[in-house]
Amino acid sequence: MSDIIKVKNMCLWYGEHKALNNININIPGKSITALIGPSGCGKSTFLKSLDRMNDLIPGVKITGDIRYKDKDIFDASVDVNELRREIGMVFQKPNPFPMSIYDNIAYGPRTHGIKSRAKLDVIVEKSLKDAAIWDEVKDRLKKNALGLSGGQQQRLCIARALAVQPKVILMDEPTSALDPVSTSKIEELSSKLKKDYTIIMVTHNMQQAVRISDQTAFFLLGELVEYGKTETLFSTPSDKRTEDYITGRFG
Amino acid sequence: MRSQFDKQLALLNKEMIGMGALCEEIISKVLKVLADGDGQLLNGIVTLGAEIDQKERTIETLCLKLLLQQQPVAGDLRQISAALKMITDMERIGDQAEDIAEIIPFVVNRPAKADSLLHEMAEASINMVTESVDAFVGHNVELAKKVIFDDDIVDNYFTQIKQELIAEIIKNPEDGECSIDLLMIAKYFERIGDHATNIAEWVEFSVTGVHKEG
Repeated sequence: MSDIIKVKNMCLWYGEHKALNNININIPGKSITALIGPSGCGKSTFLKSLDRMNDLIPGVKITGDIRYKDKDIFDASVDVNELRREIGMVFQKPNPFPMSIYDNIAYGPRTHGIKSRAKLDVIVEKSLKDAAIWDEVKDRLKKNALGLSGGQQQRLCIARALAVQPKVILMDEPTSALDPVSTSKIEELSSKLKKDYTIIMVTHNMQQAVRISDQTAFFLLGELVEYGKTETLFSTPSDKRTEDYITGRFG
Repeated sequence: MRSQFDKQLALLNKEMIGMGALCEEIISKVLKVLADGDGQLLNGIVTLGAEIDQKERTIETLCLKLLLQQQPVAGDLRQISAALKMITDMERIGDQAEDIAEIIPFVVNRPAKADSLLHEMAEASINMVTESVDAFVGHNVELAKKVIFDDDIVDNYFTQIKQELIAEIIKNPEDGECSIDLLMIAKYFERIGDHATNIAEWVEFSVTGVHKEG
């Protein structure tokens, strides 16, 4: 699969503080990429750069090149809303809107101009099915989404991300607030979704990275230390710092 | 941060050294019986064989516990998986030594041929076992490579012994059975060399992450 995201010599500053230093990484499409590293190493910052979420933070400066489908995402011609439609995001804590399950899913498509009830019905059903939660909620679509369990809420958020037909889904520790059963449902779902989507996931759970990702990137102190096939990185890492981190010698 | 894990890995190392020592001891005893014809030692060989089997169970249990509790990756994963593979070879070394011990009563006090070569071969294969275990304990790839190289020496001994015994059978067909028994002993030592080679190859994998192909 060709690379959907290409990052070259990227640096990021929060004011005076340099949070990311000379990141170079190419992310293949329709695969799962795990970003690992100790807290504060820059992996979430990096993730949020990919759909320009860092634009919202005052004092952030980015240099270097981030290309999505070979196009510079900072180019003046880029519509940020369109970019964020193609590159969706799921957060650590499930954050459904305080409205019905149906309206949560229909929210994005409505924002993008879809008004037809029939069309919205199709999108809602498809998104919920793709996020493997349809069977659990199909009889209560009008109920408030906040009444769902944490695991269901997170799958709802994934369904909400899918509703606008993105190409890439960024996930920032999507299972860290979930129990093992919900975690395993999200993991299975991710593995299924990579058939059609590119998933980039920040995780603190090493075993999760091993289980579901195709490639893994290890960040440390704002640098990308090692990036490669997950199986190789976790069996024979080439950098001593990677070995020390994944075997629990620091971090 | 991972002191409990490090303690468990140190225990695994200690158990591996223990099992390696038992393997060396059982082959040394076999060699002594072969050299001196001291039948008394044969009982000890059976006991040692049972101890080796027991050690294999103990190490297996420890490795499975480590895999379950620590979910090891990288060097830790390689060390534990290598240990799991190595103990199978060590257990086979014990079995081969017992097999040799079973044949010895049929060849002692008989016109022994190829004696000196057989002793040299036995010593070379014991040396391979000792060095393969030392290589594991010391994460010593060079020593592991030497063991892999030394397998050819043991194989050459086997070929030479086979030639001598064929000549002997032609010369004294009535002692054919004894010659065949000696050939089997030589074959068991050759297999012990192969198992030591396997151990050395796993040591190399454990340290470098690369296992010999084929």
